[in-house]
Amino acid sequence: MSTSALLLAATTNATVDLWPMAFVFLLATFIGIEVIRNVSRLLHTPLMSLTNAISAIAIVGAIIITGKQTTTWSTVLGSIAVFASMTNIVSGFLITDRMLKMFKKREPSKAQ
Amino acid sequence: MRDHITQLTYLAATALFILSLKWMSHPSTARRGVFAGVAAMLGAVAGTLLHADIVSFKWIGIAAVLGVAAGVPLSMVALTAVPQRTALSHAFGGLAAGLVGTAEYYLWLRDPAYVPTKFAMTALILEIILGFLTCTGSLFAAAKLQEIKWVPQRPVTYKFQNVTNLGLFALAILLGVLLIIWPEASWSPFVFPVIILLALAFGILLIIPIGGADMPTVISILNSYAGLSAVAMGFVLNNKLLITAGALDGASGLILSIIMCRAMNRSFFNVLFGAFGQVKASTAAGDQKTAKSATTEDAALILENAQKVVVVPGYGMAVAQAQHRVRDLYEQLSKKGIDVKFAIHPVAGRMPGHMNVLLAEAEIPYDRLVEMENINPELPQTDVALVIGANDVVNPAARHDKSSPIYGMPIIDVDKCRTVLAIKRSMKPGFAGIDNELYVADNTLMVFGDAKVVVGDIVKQVSGQSGMH
Repeated sequence: MSTSALLLAATTNATVDLWPMAFVFLLATFIGIEVIRNVSRLLHTPLMSLTNAISAIAIVGAIIITGKQTTTWSTVLGSIAVFASMTNIVSGFLITDRMLKMFKKREPSKAQ
Repeated sequence: MRDHITQLTYLAATALFILSLKWMSHPSTARRGVFAGVAAMLGAVAGTLLHADIVSFKWIGIAAVLGVAAGVPLSMVALTAVPQRTALSHAFGGLAAGLVGTAEYYLWLRDPAYVPTKFAMTALILEIILGFLTCTGSLFAAAKLQEIKWVPQRPVTYKFQNVTNLGLFALAILLGVLLIIWPEASWSPFVFPVIILLALAFGILLIIPIGGADMPTVISILNSYAGLSAVAMGFVLNNKLLITAGALDGASGLILSIIMCRAMNRSFFNVLFGAFGQVKASTAAGDQKTAKSATTEDAALILENAQKVVVVPGYGMAVAQAQHRVRDLYEQLSKKGIDVKFAIHPVAGRMPGHMNVLLAEAEIPYDRLVEMENINPELPQTDVALVIGANDVVNPAARHDKSSPIYGMPIIDVDKCRTVLAIKRSMKPGFAGIDNELYVADNTLMVFGDAKVVVGDIVKQVSGQSGMH
């Protein structure tokens, strides 16, 4: 392997960051639980489609794998992952907004 | 420098994702939450495109354009199809995580200079197991919800089902452990695909015994898994944004699952492995009693003479697409000064919050939608409860019949109302074949027929009679 691969290996070595990552995970989970506990029950369906879109953050990993173009296979797998994540991002955010627009307070027919 | 910009966009994206979920706490701020989410995602993608390893944007661009093309129509499905769309997107999320994990593993293998740490390998194994089982499990759930012909709707159970399922899962974990200990062994590249296959199979086997009424819980659990697989990817790629965003999603799925389980008085384990649908129909004491049926004219008259009406919608309303007729009824009755509220059981429908979205679509103001805990104290003072396509969530047996499979499940106490009108297609018992003693109670009148037609008829009667006054 070339020196670039060695460099790559050095930068993706996960041990260095193990504990900071575990802390990040723990804190994010607790923040998530606190924030989501306060989500209105009315909005649980839009909440789920919104978190769907948010978890499509996996696109970040997919982009890197695809863009590296190390092997044909990794590029193919990465591209499918980019496609799947992008679908979730677009449909997730659009449908969440579409649903939220429907939640109106009172007597929309008499609104004006 | 580039890397600092990337990290800065990730930091901003994390803050915006948290705010996005925070703003979901109330309908008045919720749309702002979507914009925050979009901004966060755009920032994160832009920051990632700066990554030094990226040599070409060609395939990223092509895949992204195709993803947009597939995503737009998926966002325009009918709201009754939202549960299946959600399940489908969990499948896509799981697939993305699984594929990235797979690609990463084979890239490691290609590189003789790089031996993955045990920790990185553990995260990778978790990523692919969670990712692929979420993928097939969610696909199967989506197919069940879509009622695709060759997919069995009813829970399917067989002998040694749990033993087989858990055995397969244990085998996948065992092989994973072997890979973690010897990541570079000569057999490793062949064991890896076996783990993938086991995870794919386990996803399907997990959903086979799940019935429709358990779908809200199962969708929530899969939501959580999709998030956790993103977290695992973050650990593999050493990317903190993946960890934070995945953790938020995981937490959301977890909380929704807990709420759903509590609303059914069941545990996670019981939902996943209990095969609820196969519980034998109990021969309730109410067998000999017969239900009283009423015409739509009777129902209209009863509703008109009420002061306080509570509507209890269930999955049957969604199936019949009756929500717009229900809105008409709500408007007619409200015009006459009748107080109309909607009682929402947490597990009504096929996913968390399903009924709220359908009623909101029909333009029923959301302050009329009341949660179970808040409506129950009002029911003894309520004149009429109108049950539309709900069954188990209003079955009084849950309160007192210890032999009933739903005993202990919190219900909407409609039987305490002065009169109950229940719209139902037939007397056929619902999910799990449980008799509903509500239907044979003295204060209950059954109105048989399709929910949309029946409610439409009632609306005609109510508005017609008002003209004669």
